[in-house]
Amino acid sequence: MITFMNNSDSEEEPCNERTSLMSAESPPVPSYQDGLQASEAGEAQAHRKRRAGSSRSPNNITGGEMSGSGVPVRESALENEEEELTLKYGAKHVIMLFVPVTLCMIVVVATIKSVRFYTEKNGQLIYTPFSEDTPSVGQRLLNSVLNTIVMISVIIVMTVFLVLLYKYRCYKFIHGWLILSSLMLLFLFTYIYLGEVLKTYNVAMDYPTLFIVIWNFGAVGMICIHWKGPLQLQQAYLIMISALMALVFIKYLPEWSAWVILGAISIYDLMAVLCPKGPLRMLVETAQERNEPIFPALIYSSAMMWTVGMAKPDTAARGPSQQTWHAAEDGREHLRSPSHAESQMSETRSPVPTRPVTSLEELEEEERGVKLGLGDFIFYSVLVGKAAATASGDWNTTLACFVAILIGLCLTLLLLAVFKKALPALPISITFGLIFYFSTDNLVRPFMDTLASHQLYI
Amino acid sequence: AFFWLVSLLLSSLIWFIAVKASDPQDERLQKGLLIFGVMFSVLLQEAFRFLYYKLLRKAIEGLVALSEDGCSPISIQQMAYVAGVGFGLMSGAFSMINLLADALGPGTVGIHGDSQLYFLTSAFMTMVLIFLHTFWGILFFHGCEHRRWWEIAAVVVMHLTVSGLSFCNPLYVGSLVPSYLLMAAAAAWAYLLSGGSAQNLRRFLLCKC
Repeated sequence: MITFMNNSDSEEEPCNERTSLMSAESPPVPSYQDGLQASEAGEAQAHRKRRAGSSRSPNNITGGEMSGSGVPVRESALENEEEELTLKYGAKHVIMLFVPVTLCMIVVVATIKSVRFYTEKNGQLIYTPFSEDTPSVGQRLLNSVLNTIVMISVIIVMTVFLVLLYKYRCYKFIHGWLILSSLMLLFLFTYIYLGEVLKTYNVAMDYPTLFIVIWNFGAVGMICIHWKGPLQLQQAYLIMISALMALVFIKYLPEWSAWVILGAISIYDLMAVLCPKGPLRMLVETAQERNEPIFPALIYSSAMMWTVGMAKPDTAARGPSQQTWHAAEDGREHLRSPSHAESQMSETRSPVPTRPVTSLEELEEEERGVKLGLGDFIFYSVLVGKAAATASGDWNTTLACFVAILIGLCLTLLLLAVFKKALPALPISITFGLIFYFSTDNLVRPFMDTLASHQLYI
Repeated sequence: AFFWLVSLLLSSLIWFIAVKASDPQDERLQKGLLIFGVMFSVLLQEAFRFLYYKLLRKAIEGLVALSEDGCSPISIQQMAYVAGVGFGLMSGAFSMINLLADALGPGTVGIHGDSQLYFLTSAFMTMVLIFLHTFWGILFFHGCEHRRWWEIAAVVVMHLTVSGLSFCNPLYVGSLVPSYLLMAAAAAWAYLLSGGSAQNLRRFLLCKC
């Protein structure tokens, strides 16, 4: 997944001081998202926005020109101020991202702890074909590594496929794919989730009510995510979707495979974003060359953007890029095409009432935002959820992983402010999370348990 | 919070190694190791508090250098307070959260002859520790700022004392009462260091402006 610091819809780099500030703050941080497409698309989009240095929005030419002229002169003069503001806003951005990540993790942990369905083992995804029920440790390890290889190669293939689609301008296909994925996620997974929660709390519900509730939920979700909607509602939907996806992963990935996959994905994220030939990077560059908005890939945006003048045509076109995946659930679902419903979050460019922005000053009032790919949300939540589900130290481990992930996110955003380019958001956080999980579970737990039993305090 | 966590991790590592390397049957040895573990952990926590202070100092210098008017948007006292709260919250959370989770489930407290006030006293002890960490944060940073080593030493000694007193459990009088007294002392000291005074307090309480 990619994290962007996206000041506005159009972060065009040069521009007036404001934009230079914005660009400073908004290097996109691509974070790998399983869906990829979304991330790539989003990343490319955000990147494009950032680099192209033309108008803030693809449609706003005036703004672009204005910005373009101011750049060289102001930039040097304002570098210092820029940096300071970068830091100040940086802190704000960190908070803006902490809240949704925390919320997502809370939802996942709460569900894992209460609904037993998600910790039962009911089969595996087709992406992890090797079973872990083997008698020997070596065999189990081997199987988990093989599972990881299969999963990562599926992801790579999907990513490359997306990049190719994007390169050859098969936009309709991508949009359709994304819409299909988000549809499935919003309706089917929500239905299952709701069913399980109701079962756990032994609440009776009739089908008509269920139908109405799910229909409304799904329809509003589709509109919010793909079209326009209030920013907070959109953010809420994205968080819910990430949580649902994470829960599915937690349920269907076998234990050791899950940990190895988490590690492998952060490495992949690192490479895909930073290597010159990495698919994500290529996507970003292609989008930049074309000066197009990237698909609203599953990107969580924390800021509102004032739409400039006209409605962006791409707004409607955004669809969640999702990678589809096969899920074989216990007979409830038939084999479907894989879809990562990482709903594309796309920066809803217009959650805000469209103001005809005409002057530069108004443009400057735009709130800078940070963007984080939904895949990041999902994998963070998978880590914390797995810690909650499988650790015997229970809450201590979960809490430790949570803090580790947040600190990793902090560091990533710091690097973002320093490097001002797209950075992968997964590696640091996942590394910290993994270290803390294993060490807390094995080292801290016996210590704390012994202390608690003697009621000693440190 | 993160720094406290890391210190906890390292101290657990040491303790774990020590335990694994020793004879599990020897009760006295285990108890001794536990005491050693606790003390070592306290020292490590304070060491990490110091490291955190160093980090924050650098951050403040950076902020000051970048700011327009030469002062940083957040003062070292605020940072001290926040650092203390972070440490306290983390330590409190780690102490209490499993207890709370278990408290939700079925069971009888003290059925095997242990104290029946276990939960209650744990709650109070945790609370006093959280407060103490906050105050120690302020005192510690103040001592580092003004190079008063005796303040730092006092914080460390207080921490060791409180942890040591918890060894008196389940004789709760021995651990809770002194801890609360220490907390009151630390609170007053931190308040005075932060610029408060009896007059300020009186004015505040009487709602004058």
